[in-house]
Amino acid sequence: MASAAETNTRDEASNNSEAAPDAIVVRFAGDSGDGMQLTGGQFTLSTALAGNDLATFPDFPAEIRAPQGTLFGVSAFQINFGSREINTAGDAPDVLVAMNPAALKVNLPALKSGGLVIVDTGEFSKRNLDKAKYDANPLEDDTLAKYDVLAFDISELTIQAVEPFGLGKKDALRSKNMWTLGLALWMFDRPREPIHNWLKQKFAKKPDIADANIAALDAGHAYGETAELAGPRSGAMRQTNMPPVDSEPGLYRTITGAESISLGLVAGAQLAELPMFFGGYPITPASAILHHLARLKEYGVTTFQAEDEIAAICAAIGASYAGSLGVTSSSGPGIALKTEAMGLAIMTELPLVIVNSQRGGPSTGLPTKTEQSDLYQAVYGRNGDAPMPVIAARSPGDAFECAIEACRIAVKYMTPVMLLTDGYIANAAEPWKVPDPSSYEPFPATFLTEKNGETLLPYARDEKGARPWIKPGTPGLMHRIGGIEKAQGTGHIDYAPDNHQAMTDARKHKVLGVTVPEQEVSLGQKGGKLAVVGWGSTFGPIHQAVRRMRAKGCDVSHIHVRHIWPLPANLGDLLNSYERVLVPEMNTGQFKTVLRDQYLVDAEPLTKTSGQPFQIAELEDAIGKYFDGIEGNEGGQVPVNDQQLPNLSAGYDSGSSKDMD
Amino acid sequence: MNAPAKIETTLKDWETDQEVRWCPGCGDYAILKAVQRTLPQLGVDPANTVFISGIGCSSRFPYYMESYGFHTIHGRAPALATGVKLANPELNIWLVTGDGDGLSIGGNHMMHVLRRNVDMQIMLFNNEIYGLTKGQYSPTSRVGTPSPSTPRGSVDAPANPCAFALGSGARFVARGFDVSKNLPDVLKAAHAHRGAAFIEIFQNCIVYNKDVFDDFAAPKGAEDRQLWLEDGKPMLFGSEKSGGVKGLALDTETLAFRVVDVPDGDWESAGVRVHNAKNRVTAHLLAELPFGPYPMALGVLYDDPAPTFSDSVIAEHEAASKGKEANLAKLLGTGQTWTVDGTAQDPV
Repeated sequence: MASAAETNTRDEASNNSEAAPDAIVVRFAGDSGDGMQLTGGQFTLSTALAGNDLATFPDFPAEIRAPQGTLFGVSAFQINFGSREINTAGDAPDVLVAMNPAALKVNLPALKSGGLVIVDTGEFSKRNLDKAKYDANPLEDDTLAKYDVLAFDISELTIQAVEPFGLGKKDALRSKNMWTLGLALWMFDRPREPIHNWLKQKFAKKPDIADANIAALDAGHAYGETAELAGPRSGAMRQTNMPPVDSEPGLYRTITGAESISLGLVAGAQLAELPMFFGGYPITPASAILHHLARLKEYGVTTFQAEDEIAAICAAIGASYAGSLGVTSSSGPGIALKTEAMGLAIMTELPLVIVNSQRGGPSTGLPTKTEQSDLYQAVYGRNGDAPMPVIAARSPGDAFECAIEACRIAVKYMTPVMLLTDGYIANAAEPWKVPDPSSYEPFPATFLTEKNGETLLPYARDEKGARPWIKPGTPGLMHRIGGIEKAQGTGHIDYAPDNHQAMTDARKHKVLGVTVPEQEVSLGQKGGKLAVVGWGSTFGPIHQAVRRMRAKGCDVSHIHVRHIWPLPANLGDLLNSYERVLVPEMNTGQFKTVLRDQYLVDAEPLTKTSGQPFQIAELEDAIGKYFDGIEGNEGGQVPVNDQQLPNLSAGYDSGSSKDMD
Repeated sequence: MNAPAKIETTLKDWETDQEVRWCPGCGDYAILKAVQRTLPQLGVDPANTVFISGIGCSSRFPYYMESYGFHTIHGRAPALATGVKLANPELNIWLVTGDGDGLSIGGNHMMHVLRRNVDMQIMLFNNEIYGLTKGQYSPTSRVGTPSPSTPRGSVDAPANPCAFALGSGARFVARGFDVSKNLPDVLKAAHAHRGAAFIEIFQNCIVYNKDVFDDFAAPKGAEDRQLWLEDGKPMLFGSEKSGGVKGLALDTETLAFRVVDVPDGDWESAGVRVHNAKNRVTAHLLAELPFGPYPMALGVLYDDPAPTFSDSVIAEHEAASKGKEANLAKLLGTGQTWTVDGTAQDPV
């Protein structure tokens, strides 16, 4: 088996196939009805329990049930796990499990040369081959010549395994994914008990189904143990044992970004000593946050599924006005709809957290794929001078910290705050060291309870520039607010030129004055030849690429920016300490523009907008161009890489929650 | 939601120091006075009262009420008010909107605040025109309304606010008009209703749509053209002086009301129906009664309370939280966890 994606480029991998791997990338692919996401999720859990570090990406079609067996109905789940620190879901898989011809067709180009393919021959009928647009059966020609192949009739083996439970053929075949998971558990020497327990719990009301699935899982496991599994090139398939990663001691769990944001918001509201009101409207991939929070009512969380995105944010603003911490969440198109209301929250200076799980493209674009192309929208995208703090999470675990930070800024500065995540962070899972909530500094909200002057001054400002928060229901403090320009102090309607100038300045300086931590160098040092500056979910691949290029002797450092607006005070100085600055982004160069504008620094873009994340190798190539002695070939656009992931299902890379500095 | 303790206030207590900026002669002045006159009678507390509006002439209303007020954005007041109510169900909320704000740009929110039955009084000032933007025709303008955007007259059929409200599932629907002496009674009935109370208030735009409601609102002949509904009372209008008392009887063949003469006050013999405010079907008939052959149905068309949104949300909250402990440390460590050995404190 080839060694890990992160330590070897694809070219190196084939030369290195005998080395003991310290990381392995496995991709489960099948029809969207085959349960690949469940299989991947449970394999992830067993990986975490085995003590490996890991990163995953779930990749599924936008269609809920695409026509069976078709290329666009393929659903995949990739996991990168290892005995060392893992930051990305891996460039290319070492192992591909393909449950039907379409899954093989779509995912095979991504597989490393010499990688292992496991296929269910029971699905390779003429009809399914036609649907996958195979002229000939790839199991019978030289399509798979450069790979190890384990091909057997998983469908039939599953039917045999669950026969005692008297299920119909259709129901029996539903357990195929568990049979496959059983085989995977055997291959990596994992215990089955946690999955048994999960199945019993999941099917508590249908014990027959639980038993059938357990039987299928055990049969897959036993098959690995007893059968002679022979690949054409490398001989017998062996078990691989991946030793645990060296981790900080403590309690761990796996967490997705959606869970982490939800928990971070709950923690943030508690630290602010406020009830939370969450207004949402269904949209991929942001809905998961609404789903999580809807189950946390005992934590003082009210969730409201509004009639549209606009109502969702307006209700959240109303709740903030009435003294709750208002939160809303969406993805690009929904954020666009909320824009006018964001202006209202800015004008009325009420706390509000807006979570944007970015997806690809303008309009509907790529709903289930990830991109970083809402940065302009977040920083600049409102009518009028409408400044708003913006924070970007780099990984599922990091999103917890970012959500707390967003709540803190919103409450302390009486302002809406946008938290940027993306489709990858929302859905991907990683191990997370469970934090102790009492280790966070509380930031209790205060409400005005009596007049703050001779007359009430709802727009008086404290030393941070924040106005008082006055809840309706408070005796003697009746006042009116709204979207019309206010007089300084009194908050009365005021269109006077000098007043609008003063209020515009006040709103601007309040946001620019938000205290954000000093910018640190994630890897490397201040000053030198090249800084690679990233934000959001590109943390993982940039970090690994910089690490590897530094190991090769290149003078390159990694700077990861969490606070997009306002930027850390020392960032300009830091950037100017490098000869060159490269900004890789999954957009056409948005953060690059902000940096150029703010610091007059010659930030060079490295952009990728193919709907696919950066691969480590691509970033290594881009960094290498600063050290190859050829002038003028730096930066630019990463060419579309059809080897990386299929056109039909773009993938993701991730960062890790761990502190890397 | 009505404040439990009655508070003594006067009309003056509800006036702000802000200069009222509606056009002289605007019907909004009369509505403002009616509201300021009504609130002391209701005994409500200004500190517990919130006026929330959208955008338009009517939406300036909160600035003139000495209570809490939020002048929001165009069409979105119902959504914002829903958030206010859920965050603090004790507040007494009055929504102020217009025909453009509430039925055009905000039509969607209006539908949902009504069907959810969020407890508040919704005053929709219907002047059948966009006033603040200088006179374009609105979704309630009658066909043929000439305006800057329809120089040859509008061609699209108008929306009927009360029919819209009923269709949206409203549990309280009423009608009044700006200068009517009965408006305070309608407001009181709306306030007494727990849930979303929808009140269409015909309002004269003196500049862009002058006297458009005079055909029924003008004092002269009003009794013949206005049918003021009272629950449990026969639906009668007109007088002996004007050409005879008339009433509404139900034609069971066509499932429509018809106007019948009521000689000698014997409405029962004439087949006049008694208004039942809980009857949703007759409420629809009254809302859609074509003016001209019929009088304008005014007052409380429908009043049949149902559980309110905030009550249901609170009940669900209590049921979901019952017996559960809100332990964040425990929540963070939920799911399938594992421990890496060492000395670190286990947070659970």
